[in-house]
Amino acid sequence: MQETLIRCENVSFQYGEERDNLTALKNIDLEINRGEFVAILGHNGSGKSTLAKHFNAVLTPTNEGRVLVGGIDTKDEERVFEVRRQVGMVFQNPDNQIVATVVEEDVAFAPENLGVEPSEIRRRVDEALEAVGMSEYKKHAPHKLSGGQKQRVAIAGVLAMQSDCIVLDEPTAMLDPQGREQVISTIVKLAREQGKTVVLITHFMEEAALCDRVIVMNDGQILLDGTPKEVFSKRAELKSVGLSVPAVTELCAILNESGLDISPDIISEEECLKEVSRVLKG
Amino acid sequence: MGDITIGQMYPASSAVHRLDPRFKIVFTIMFVVMLFTAGSALTVAVNAAFVLIAYTLAKIPLKMLVKTLRPVIPIVVFMLIFNVLFYSGETVLLKLWIFKITLEGLKSAVFMVFRIVLIVAGTSLLTYTTSSIELTDAIESLLSPLKKLKFPVHELAMMMTIALRFIPTLIEETQKIMSAQKARGADFESGNLIARVKALLPILIPLFISAIKRASELATAMESRCYHNGIGRTRLKTLKSGKNDIAALMVMTGLLALVVVLSMFNL
Ligand SMILES: Nc1ncnc2c1ncn2[C@@H]1O[C@H](COP(=O)(O)OP(=O)(O)O)[C@@H](O)[C@H]1O
Ligand SMILES: [Mg+2]
Repeated sequence: MQETLIRCENVSFQYGEERDNLTALKNIDLEINRGEFVAILGHNGSGKSTLAKHFNAVLTPTNEGRVLVGGIDTKDEERVFEVRRQVGMVFQNPDNQIVATVVEEDVAFAPENLGVEPSEIRRRVDEALEAVGMSEYKKHAPHKLSGGQKQRVAIAGVLAMQSDCIVLDEPTAMLDPQGREQVISTIVKLAREQGKTVVLITHFMEEAALCDRVIVMNDGQILLDGTPKEVFSKRAELKSVGLSVPAVTELCAILNESGLDISPDIISEEECLKEVSRVLKG
Repeated sequence: MGDITIGQMYPASSAVHRLDPRFKIVFTIMFVVMLFTAGSALTVAVNAAFVLIAYTLAKIPLKMLVKTLRPVIPIVVFMLIFNVLFYSGETVLLKLWIFKITLEGLKSAVFMVFRIVLIVAGTSLLTYTTSSIELTDAIESLLSPLKKLKFPVHELAMMMTIALRFIPTLIEETQKIMSAQKARGADFESGNLIARVKALLPILIPLFISAIKRASELATAMESRCYHNGIGRTRLKTLKSGKNDIAALMVMTGLLALVVVLSMFNL
């Protein structure tokens, strides 16, 4: 029996006044379980960021729908910090989420806001920087770090809050391939080794393929929800909403269509390699 | 642009870095008073010696000092020329057309240059040896009596932290926009004043828009990290004063007294 961490019930959200008629989310029902590693896909403007902001009470539904985080209604203003402590957020632009001019002071920001004892803050900061492999930079100035390093500092800032869940909104979108690699391997480690619940919003299909579950959004609604294999097997449907599948999936699907005996639901390079060498040998 | 030094910390492990930031702010104010009291070669020399010794104790390389001073060179040159040419002194050394170069003018110019250089160098030491958070914690603590008058001390301190944090980001962005506009043929270097100001508009507008976007994203990020206001906030590093701070305070008071006394006797 899995425990639900985040539950969205009939969530709709509108930016601005009613008459603007711009509904960013439309009656979303969704459950995310503790320990899950979930990817959210969708083209620009499909409502991914808006949904993510509902997970930590930065936004609340504008209809009667509700979001429960660990059983707490995000509309409950008294308990909003309990919600935000449980669900940490990392954003796309590393420059716009770092507050302090020294790495360790930035990581300490959340526990300071929560009124944690100084000795305990010290311990958490050291531990968090260790977990993202940035310990040796703790006295550095953040603006001199690379994009990948800045994002890892931002992740450490969330870890120091001891969140159960980390939501990352396109954390690799502004990074070079090396930075992406650093950040993704950090995220995978948190999900797989530390058992954190991770929600990764991304537009890189290869990143989504690493997760346990993929949710596809389109026009403020959930279009698909399933394992990466299930979701990526619906190539046509994804294409119709402007998304692609991982390159290896595309390749194997094309090979399969051209009559080769290759399974079309391949999502990782290793699987692809195995499948192709099996066919070549056999 | 790797050489933005204003408002940025130079991390090092030194006695000056470890001083209580509240004391450092007070010392900086004492230094400014001391510098403006100084009116003679001797007292200016005391100030200069103080700055040099402080930099040495703070383990800040001379290179940094040079970098700090580079942006003020134009101001210094201007002040120098202005003082030399327009100071109305008695002892005329040289007569050039309508200008007289006088001994007093030269003296005043040299003092002016020393003052500018020393004030920039001395006050920069505060930000070099103190992180922005320490600095704002200290300001908050020093101004805390004003909280009783409902003065938003914490908010002011937070604003300062963020301003310091974003200086390098915004400078970098300005340069990016400038290169982009230059690549499209914008010309910032020629033309009269009005033409140049006009050429700046295409830089200021995108910069302004991006700054607003950054501010809104930063606000969301801060909220997400449970920031509400100063109430109930703790600190990674609690401000603590110790023996060293008291010792430094005594040295500073002594120096200030010395300069004041020397100036009273016109030395
Ligand atoms: N602050 C805002 N004010 C008004 N409309 C917004 C705002 N942020 C997003 N939107 C609109 O809401 C919709 C969903 O946006 P968003 O959640 O940012 O999508 P995504 O993250 O998937 O790109 C878009 O149509 C977008 O234009
Ligand atoms: Mg988005």
